[in-house]
Amino acid sequence: MNGLFAGLAAGLRHVGKLTIDGIWRLGFATRFMFAVLLASGQSLTRIHLTIRELYFSGVLSLLIITVSGLFVGLVLGLQGYDILQRYGSADAVGVMVALSLLRELGPVIAALLFASRAGSAITAEIGLMKTTEQLKAMDMMAVNPIARVVAPRFWGGVLSMPLLAALFSAMGVFGGWLITVVVIGVDDGAFWSQMQAAVEFDYDVLNGIIKSMVFGTVVSLIAVFEGYDCEPTAEGVSRAITRTVVTSALAILALDFVLTSFMFRG
Amino acid sequence: MPLVSLRDVRFAYGERSVLRGIDLDVHRGQVVAIMGGSGCGKTTLLRLIGGQLKANSGAVEVAGHEVGKLGRAELYAMRRRMGMLFQFGALFTDMSVFDNVAFPLREHTDLPPTMIRDLVLMKLQAVGLRGAASLRPGELSGGMARRVALARAVALDPMLILYDEPFAGLDPISLGIIGQLIRRLNDALGASSVMVTHDVHESLEIVDYIYFVSDGRIVAQGTPDEIRASADPFVHQFVNAEADGPVPFHYPAQPIDSLLGGRSA
Repeated sequence: MNGLFAGLAAGLRHVGKLTIDGIWRLGFATRFMFAVLLASGQSLTRIHLTIRELYFSGVLSLLIITVSGLFVGLVLGLQGYDILQRYGSADAVGVMVALSLLRELGPVIAALLFASRAGSAITAEIGLMKTTEQLKAMDMMAVNPIARVVAPRFWGGVLSMPLLAALFSAMGVFGGWLITVVVIGVDDGAFWSQMQAAVEFDYDVLNGIIKSMVFGTVVSLIAVFEGYDCEPTAEGVSRAITRTVVTSALAILALDFVLTSFMFRG
Repeated sequence: MPLVSLRDVRFAYGERSVLRGIDLDVHRGQVVAIMGGSGCGKTTLLRLIGGQLKANSGAVEVAGHEVGKLGRAELYAMRRRMGMLFQFGALFTDMSVFDNVAFPLREHTDLPPTMIRDLVLMKLQAVGLRGAASLRPGELSGGMARRVALARAVALDPMLILYDEPFAGLDPISLGIIGQLIRRLNDALGASSVMVTHDVHESLEIVDYIYFVSDGRIVAQGTPDEIRASADPFVHQFVNAEADGPVPFHYPAQPIDSLLGGRSA
C-alpha cells in the first residue's frame, strides 16, 4: 500500500515538474521574443544581414516550395475534377483548386515545408554556433548575439514565409490548370472566369496572407529559440532540430484551426 | 593599482560551490597564469573577470570598475577594451579568416574598408598567417585556428587579454608558437594577460606570475622562479605531474578493505 502511494506521489511530482518546466520555458521563450524584437533595430539599419537570411531561408527554399506546390495543385485538380464531374460541375474545378490553396493548403503546407527546410537549418546553425562558443565569443566582443545572429534570422523567416506561401499557391493553381485544362480538357475560359468570380481578394487572399504571416512568425521564433536555448552538445543540437520541426508542425496546425474558425465562419 | 583585482570572490553553480574566497591581482603589463586541475574553477574565474558570470560575493574589479555591478551597456564598453581567446578559437565558421579578424573592427569602428584591410593584414602578419587570409576556418589546423582567434582577440588593441586553455590540444610546435605570441603580443600592445591553463612548463617560460587553484581556493602563488623552487606539496605534484599527492588519485570512496572478501558496501 505504501509502495502504491509512493509511486503515485513520484508520478505526481514528475507531472508537477514537467508542468513547472513547461511554464518556465514558455516564460523564457516570451522574454526571448521581446529580446529579439527589442534587438531588431540592427536588422533594419544593417539590412544586408537580413537580406542574407532572406536568401538562406527564402531563396534556398524556392525549389521545394515550387515543386511541392505544383504536385499539390496536380492532385487537387485530379481529385476536384473527379468529385465535381459527378455533379456536372467540372467547370468549377478552378474555384475549388484556388480556394483550397489560398485559404488552407498554401499557407499550411508552405509553412510545414518551411519549418522542415529553413526552420531546421536556422536551429542547427544557431545551435552549432552556441556549441562551438561562437555566440559567447561574439558576446565577449561586445556584440549582442541576439541582435547580430538571432534577429536577422527571425526577420528573414518572417518576411520570406508569406512570399513562399504565395508562390506555393500560384504553383498549385498552375498545377491544377495543367492537369484539368491541358490534360483532361476542362474549358479554359470556365476554369479562369469562375475562379475570378468566386475568389475575393479581401476575404480569401488576404486571410491566406495573414495566416502565412502568423505561421512565418511562429515558425521563425520557434527555430531561433530552439537553436539559442539548445544544450551545447551534438545531441542537444539534434534534439533542438527535432523540437523545431515537431513544435512548428503542431503550432501551424493548431493555429490554422484557430485562425480558420475566426476568419471563415460563413 | 592592479588592472584586475579579485577580493574574497565566492561563486557556486546552484548548490555546488566552485570558488571559495579567491584573492588575485593582475598588474598592468603582466602575463598571469591561473593553474589547477580540471574542474577546479579556473575557467569560472575567467568568466567572472569577463563579466559572463557574476560572483555570489566578493568583488571582481577590472580597471577600477566592479564587473558584477556594470549594466549591459557599461559591460559592453568594458569588453571593447578586452580580448578573449576561447579554448578552441570559436572562429565564426561562416566567415573567412580575414572577415573573422575584421569582425570586431567592423562592429565597433567606422574605419574605412581600406584601413580595416590594412589593420587586419597587420594582425594576421603578427601571428604569421597573412597568407591564410582567404581561407575558411574549416581549412585551418587547430594551431592555426588558435592563432587566427588570437589575431581577432587583439584586433582592437585591448588593455586586457583573457586566454581560456590556449595550449589545449596543440602539437609541441604550435604550442611553442602560441606561447611566444601570447608574450610578444602582450608586450607589444602594452596589455595585461590572464591565462587559464594546465600546461606548466610552457607557462613557466612566458608568464610573470602564477596562481594555483585547487578546490576553489588559491593554494599557491609566485613568480616562475619561486614556483620552480617551491617546496609546496601541491605545486610539487602539479609541476612534476605526479599522479597522487594533495590532489588524490582516487575519487572519494569507502576504504577498499570494507568492500573486499564478500563484505557489502
